[in-house]
Amino acid sequence: MTTGDATLTDAAAVTRWGVEPSGVKPRRFSPARLGIYGFLIISAAFFLIPLYVMVVTSLKTMPEIRLGHLFNLPQTWTFQPWIDAWLHACTGRDCFGLHPGFLNSLKITVPSVIVSIIIASINGYALSFWRYKGANIFFGLLVFGAFVPYQVVIYPLIIAAREAGLFSTLAAIIIVHTIFGMPILTLLFRNYYASVPVELFKAGRVDGAGFWQIFFRIMVPMSVPITTVAVILQVTGIWNDFLFGIVFAGRSNWPMTVQLNNIVNTTTGVREYNVNMAATILTAAVPLAVYFISGRWFVRGIAAGAVKG
Amino acid sequence: MAEARRRRLKVQAVIGTLPMIAVGVGVYIIGIAFTFYWSFTNSKLFPSYNFVGLEQYRRLWASDRWLIAVHNIWIFGGLLIAFNLVFGYLLAVFMDQRIRQEDLFRSIFLYPFAMSLIVTGLIWQWMLDPNLGIELTIHSLGWTSFHFSPLVDPDTAIYGLVLAGIWQGSGVTMAILLAGLRGIDAEIWKAAKVDGIPTWRAYLFIALPMIRGALATAFVLQCVGVVRVYDLIIAMTGGGPGISTSMPAVYVIEMITSSQNVGQGMAAAMMMLLPIIAVLAVGGVAMWRRNRRARAAA
Amino acid sequence: MASVSIKKLGVSFGSLRVLRDLDLDVDQGEFVVLLGPSGCGKSTLLNAIAGLLDVDAGQVWIGGKNVTWEEPKDRGIGMVFQSYALYPRMTAEGNLTFGLRVARVPKDEIARRVERTSELLQIKPLLGRRPSQLSGGQRQRVAIGRALVRDVDVFLFDEPLSNLDAKLRTELRVELKKLHNQLGSTMIYVTHDQIEALTLADRIAVMHAGVIQQLATPKEIYRRPLNRFVAGFVGSPSMNFIEGKLVGSNGAPALQLGGGFEIGLTGYGFERMPGEGRPAALGVRPEQITLHPNGGGASTFAVNVSLIDPMGADSLLWGAVGTDTVSVRIGPDDEFSPGDTVTAHFLPEHASVFDAETGARL
Repeated sequence: MTTGDATLTDAAAVTRWGVEPSGVKPRRFSPARLGIYGFLIISAAFFLIPLYVMVVTSLKTMPEIRLGHLFNLPQTWTFQPWIDAWLHACTGRDCFGLHPGFLNSLKITVPSVIVSIIIASINGYALSFWRYKGANIFFGLLVFGAFVPYQVVIYPLIIAAREAGLFSTLAAIIIVHTIFGMPILTLLFRNYYASVPVELFKAGRVDGAGFWQIFFRIMVPMSVPITTVAVILQVTGIWNDFLFGIVFAGRSNWPMTVQLNNIVNTTTGVREYNVNMAATILTAAVPLAVYFISGRWFVRGIAAGAVKG
Repeated sequence: MAEARRRRLKVQAVIGTLPMIAVGVGVYIIGIAFTFYWSFTNSKLFPSYNFVGLEQYRRLWASDRWLIAVHNIWIFGGLLIAFNLVFGYLLAVFMDQRIRQEDLFRSIFLYPFAMSLIVTGLIWQWMLDPNLGIELTIHSLGWTSFHFSPLVDPDTAIYGLVLAGIWQGSGVTMAILLAGLRGIDAEIWKAAKVDGIPTWRAYLFIALPMIRGALATAFVLQCVGVVRVYDLIIAMTGGGPGISTSMPAVYVIEMITSSQNVGQGMAAAMMMLLPIIAVLAVGGVAMWRRNRRARAAA
Repeated sequence: MASVSIKKLGVSFGSLRVLRDLDLDVDQGEFVVLLGPSGCGKSTLLNAIAGLLDVDAGQVWIGGKNVTWEEPKDRGIGMVFQSYALYPRMTAEGNLTFGLRVARVPKDEIARRVERTSELLQIKPLLGRRPSQLSGGQRQRVAIGRALVRDVDVFLFDEPLSNLDAKLRTELRVELKKLHNQLGSTMIYVTHDQIEALTLADRIAVMHAGVIQQLATPKEIYRRPLNRFVAGFVGSPSMNFIEGKLVGSNGAPALQLGGGFEIGLTGYGFERMPGEGRPAALGVRPEQITLHPNGGGASTFAVNVSLIDPMGADSLLWGAVGTDTVSVRIGPDDEFSPGDTVTAHFLPEHASVFDAETGARL
């Protein structure tokens, strides 16, 4: 490489870059980078606008809503729609707002989450470490069940609940949620326990521990990450449920989602959009809060539930 | 001695998994068996045991509502899954570009999934309401000839549902596909760069074929969701206008409850089950064949 | 014109400075190995040459052109990676031709290059197979092929043999050397394996902590290491180091050990004469020491034998010299036992002396 050549190509480089290339490359604000951010921002707007519209509308008065201008901030701010939604809106015959529904949702969600997770974790544990004959057949049945639409088995379940005298009770819906949560949760726990070194289990056996002791003393303390994911999945899924709530829980136990639908879709007369929107946000509040608080865990939950082999 | 102990412990395992056994057998074998049986009866509100042969099925396939429902599920499912996969992959590709506020964007794309389908349905019912939503807003901005209220017209209502479904589900698809992309060895990207492959081609012809697992997962998840879709329809259109947005799931529930025609409902439910069994059978055979080939090669 | 020239290169990751003020000139057709332990910056340097990393300072010249800000595809390089990085869903042929098809090289030209490359690397029967159907060695050959079809003059290798088992590694190493002889291209090769470096390289750049410690032929690096790091890193079993103080700067230089015993260093070529009493380390390789009085060197020291390691063709004798441990290569017929005190002979001309503080060769 002679110096003559060097200056020749230096000149070429200078014409292209404006300066001889050395050190840090100039950060050209490339159209590609701009396009990427543009696309993402527009997509984000697509996702956020409905929520924004709801919040803003719920704080407006009805006359202002009728003017249109969906995206404007309220001229006169009012929290009355929220109070109405919580305390006064009519869900059919009663006009006590959403708060009974909120309590019902709590009464349904908390026990369902606990029961379904306990049972699924025992299942996953048994399938990982105690593979008895036929265990995998039952598990296969469960996985098949995960694909079966609820509507196929819902009527037999209704009849069974009726025969057992449980129809329209809290117990019925808790059982139903446990049943339909079992496939995915069992899969989750089984995959998790499969990654636990089998040496821990063997050490427990050598120490003389039995099925339940190993589970409660060794496995459960180790299961915090997966249990967190399971709780998030279940809380979100069960709180947001509508179909089982309306069919199995009974009128006095209707969850928030059912009450919401009643408030919005079945009232006659003037539609109070601001109250309806406030009611909708209230219903979505709990799972949204769980979602925003848990952040990364939520994504991990989806990825974990999705990695099914 | 040890043998007896081992047997005792295995018994404990069986006891521990009784719920799973009960559900597996009770719900999915016995339950489906009953549904199957009752589809051949003339049950009205309560199960009856009068056998009527294939009458329920004949009536089912003669029913306008059912035919529209089947038609709808294919359109809805096809469009929704296709859009979600494409849009989800685009989002995943863009998110893979070392974006500064990646966490923020991901939170925004995923939050609809955390909301109930009732909530989603209601939100979009309002957005697409000509007296309230997007159309009204554009009108008030001056553009009065703008039309965007698919839910009003029976021919286009189904597309409104698809829109709501995309809003709800593309974020999850993105999350799954992004996880797949992140699993690709960094050196593949380096090799593509040295080879001079432009980034978009790398994502389309190198990365996409490599994330088949994630694609399959996203696809299956979507399929399962589509077949089940009930809450969204109830909240958004109630099956209307008229019967234009009927769906199989809604049909079944309606037959069981308000129409008091359990026999019909059971027949419809069995029809919903058939494609699932077909797909699982095909998938099962494919996997069995692949295992056979792997074992032969080993 | 396929030389590679690095001028005052600096690369940082955030606040971590990996390379600083680095200069390197590789002549056309030369095979240069970047050798060093993990974290020494060799892969970073290679990636900077390839354009897969942005530099913070300095320039990269390839083939007489300043390519500091160019994309990898415009630098006239081909690269082979440790994990082969073959596109898994394409056949071997697809892997070879994808880049060419994207660059719209005419079909007959592509066919010609594939023919030539697959002939050279003996991968013709493998062209229709997918990477999952190939063995490790076959995959690596296809990976090399992918670099070769680009018709470039500079090839970069990032630890290409590390994923292979020992036998395969030796086979492919020989093939790589043959390939270099046949093609005559410039090759820059990164590895932590000194055997690969010593056998393949025209010159080796030993790197440590982001700095090139020594750039020289394998022979030179082995015989005259420039500092203690290079001396200890290259050579297996590694060089022995005996610590002490330098005395007798005029006339009869010697290394004085802790107990007062002196090892004579007459005949050693001192680059710079150190001050009297300077702490230093004597470096002498196991095979440069003999325990037989005749034919040995003039300089001697006593070794207290602690253990013998039989290694097949010969054995390694371990012993103590004061507080230091040394190893000596002995023949299969030599009879020594632990507890013996033997006299080690060596020639100072062949040894190395390093400053205890700076590690530099004295």
